[in-house]
Amino acid sequence: MMKKMDYYGYAFILPFFLVFVTFSIYPIVLTFYYSFTDYSGMGSPEFIGLANYTRLFTDTYFLQAFFNTWYIWGINFFFQIVIALLLAILFSDIRLKMKGLGFFRAVFYLPNLITIASVALLFGILLGWHHGTINHLLLDLGIISEPVNWLNSPTTARWSVALIGAWMWFGHTFIILMAGISGISRDYYESALIDGANRLQTFTKITIPLLKPILLYVLITSLIGGLQIFDLPMLITDGLGSPQGSLNTMVLYLYNQAFRFNNYGYAAAVAYGLFLITVFFSFLTFKAMYRKSAN
Amino acid sequence: MTKRKIVKAILYVLLILLAIISFIPFYMMIVNATRSNAEILQNGFTLFPSAALMENYEVLISYMNVWKGFSNSLLVAVCVTLLSSYFSALTAYGFAVYQFKGRNVLFVSVLVLMMVPGQLGLIGFYDLIKSMGFLDTYIPLILPSIAAPFIVFFLRQFIVSTLHSSLIEAARIDGAGELRIFHRIAFPIMMPAIATMGIFTFIGSWNNYILPLVVLFSPEKYTLPVMMGALRGSQVAQNLGAMYLGIAISVVPIMIAFLFLSKYIISSISAGAVKE
Repeated sequence: MMKKMDYYGYAFILPFFLVFVTFSIYPIVLTFYYSFTDYSGMGSPEFIGLANYTRLFTDTYFLQAFFNTWYIWGINFFFQIVIALLLAILFSDIRLKMKGLGFFRAVFYLPNLITIASVALLFGILLGWHHGTINHLLLDLGIISEPVNWLNSPTTARWSVALIGAWMWFGHTFIILMAGISGISRDYYESALIDGANRLQTFTKITIPLLKPILLYVLITSLIGGLQIFDLPMLITDGLGSPQGSLNTMVLYLYNQAFRFNNYGYAAAVAYGLFLITVFFSFLTFKAMYRKSAN
Repeated sequence: MTKRKIVKAILYVLLILLAIISFIPFYMMIVNATRSNAEILQNGFTLFPSAALMENYEVLISYMNVWKGFSNSLLVAVCVTLLSSYFSALTAYGFAVYQFKGRNVLFVSVLVLMMVPGQLGLIGFYDLIKSMGFLDTYIPLILPSIAAPFIVFFLRQFIVSTLHSSLIEAARIDGAGELRIFHRIAFPIMMPAIATMGIFTFIGSWNNYILPLVVLFSPEKYTLPVMMGALRGSQVAQNLGAMYLGIAISVVPIMIAFLFLSKYIISSISAGAVKE
């Protein structure tokens, strides 16, 4: 028997669910429906079965976008996690007792707070060919002998975007790793010190295993975010993935298919393709991390 | 002993180098915002500001009213933060305090949809907004923030661990209504957790690009990130000094806010990560 008072529960959660169903669930279902149609935004959608999905797997632009997204995320994550881990080890070392954690943490985190649109625009001109500040600096330092057109060749453009991503995120990852490390009891480190364990042993035998849940959290959130990368590749060049489609990421492709070329049906299939890819790889990462820890 | 000192000195130099790398793009932005287009083109790299700030400002403002973008972003972000804070608290309280049929199923559905990336429903969302006649208004940017699954999840955990049911019982005996108990007792107790989430909601809304890009068409309604995007293809892009200034106007206020809030923001990130 329900108490009368408990009907208040429904009243309290009602506004949330009204909005949730209208603006989140309904659009997701509608997008699913559109992914089986030919729809240009005008007139009514025409049902075409799985045609959009078969097109997706043979579309070289989508496959390229898939490749670009992973390429950019991979480099980004490698640098981000290596720098963050080195910093976390450095600041948690009980022998070194480094000072200035508060200051460095704040400075390293700063780029993460800035609007990505502004960051993209800023680096778009800092990386300019003849008049970019980065080329001017490298020329003055004698590192390069003539200006490099960073955003005009696929390799340098992808690396630029990936490294800007790492620059934006290493501070954030560092803060999270530090929070994880500060949760590890100092006793472990002190007894390791007494037992004569060196830094590498302390790191591989104590820090990494105990940090595993946090590392998994960092990896999965970075993966999900990285597969959605849009603002940076959209605004750093012409918004179409130039040079030579090397910055065409999956969400950029989705956006352009829908809002530039009016292929709403196909863009909806891109959205679901991206979703399935994200779920699949998050699941894989999760399983891999937990199987390892079980051994 | 001296060997350790040398190692530490080298490590500090590396840390300072990394700090410079983190900050120098913004410093170059500020310096270049004070230099004329000709100076940037001809004189190359410098760490010293020049005197063309006002000149750049006139060029920038004659093409685009960045302050309008600024106030638009502020309006949207404030509304989003207020709505998501209040309704998330309300929903979290409903889930935490009352027993009702379907409670667990509904809560789990919130958790599952929390994991779904925002772009999944973008096409359907656009179509819905179009048929509702809300394109080129702030409604699609503001109204959906009433349903913020992650904040509901976070606040529910907070209520379960901090709000005692005896407190609510006592208020009921005193004859307070359910909504009044929420407003007068629960809400103030939840305030620290609401503030934590509020900061991130505000930043998230302020930085949001794809949604306003899709639903807004009139330049005078653009939020700051969309305005930045429009700046890229405009005539201002011919004048690098003015371009740098436009970017600086969008960036510097956030930096100043961070100067005051950095401790709070950083401890919130740590808390959020460890709780999960």
